[in-house]
Amino acid sequence: MMTAVAWICGVLLSAAAALAIVRVARGPSILERVLALDVLLMIVVAALCVDMAVNRHTDSLVFVAAACVIGFIGTVTVSRYVTDRRNS
Amino acid sequence: MTGSLDAVLQAVAGVCLVVGCLMSLAAGIGMLRFPDLLSRMHAATKPQVLGLFLLLSAVAIELRSWALVPVLLLAWLLQLLTAPVSAHMVGRAGYRTKHLKRQTLLVDELDQVVARAVQDGPGRDGLAQEGPGQDGMGQGPAGQDVAGRTGGCSAGTGPAGPAAG
Repeated sequence: MMTAVAWICGVLLSAAAALAIVRVARGPSILERVLALDVLLMIVVAALCVDMAVNRHTDSLVFVAAACVIGFIGTVTVSRYVTDRRNS
Repeated sequence: MTGSLDAVLQAVAGVCLVVGCLMSLAAGIGMLRFPDLLSRMHAATKPQVLGLFLLLSAVAIELRSWALVPVLLLAWLLQLLTAPVSAHMVGRAGYRTKHLKRQTLLVDELDQVVARAVQDGPGRDGLAQEGPGQDGMGQGPAGQDVAGRTGGCSAGTGPAGPAAG
């Protein structure tokens, strides 16, 4: 049964990652891009959680805990230095 | 008896995994379909809190170990603490650089606050005591231009932004 769950989760996460990457490529501003990259990081974390649950190991637990902090630092740093470059 | 309990726990873990992945898919669809930055921020928070909670509880159920629970709780609490702060920073930068569609908003309370700050004049310092979210609004030059600045940091602790120089 866990194999079926792994396949379903893989398909769902692949679709989600593809949609997030489309938004990274098309996003009109850097804020949309940083938001979509945050979502992409959460999708990677979700894939690691699925892997840990299906294969019953705890190898990537440290990265799951660290990923929140990494995403936080990146998002705050980028959005702190955003300026309006459009001529409006 | 143990076999049936195992099956039930495995089913619960499987449902948690699939629902957690559905949260990520909802975020992906929302990122693509929603019209502007603020509504996309709404979609992006779905896998950050509830999705991560479901996935981590699935890991805990599947591995059946109490020693794992503090670590998983730490990961979830870190996410719970950092998600609002980063969302606030993105929303603040988006508002100040006008990355939002006015016609999708029902009410804009910050606009009224900025208008009041402009009316009171730039020299007065009374706005800083009124509450959070209004930092730096009274320091800039008068005019609507105040909301567009990215300089003027919260409580003056961080470095000045490039726009302030």
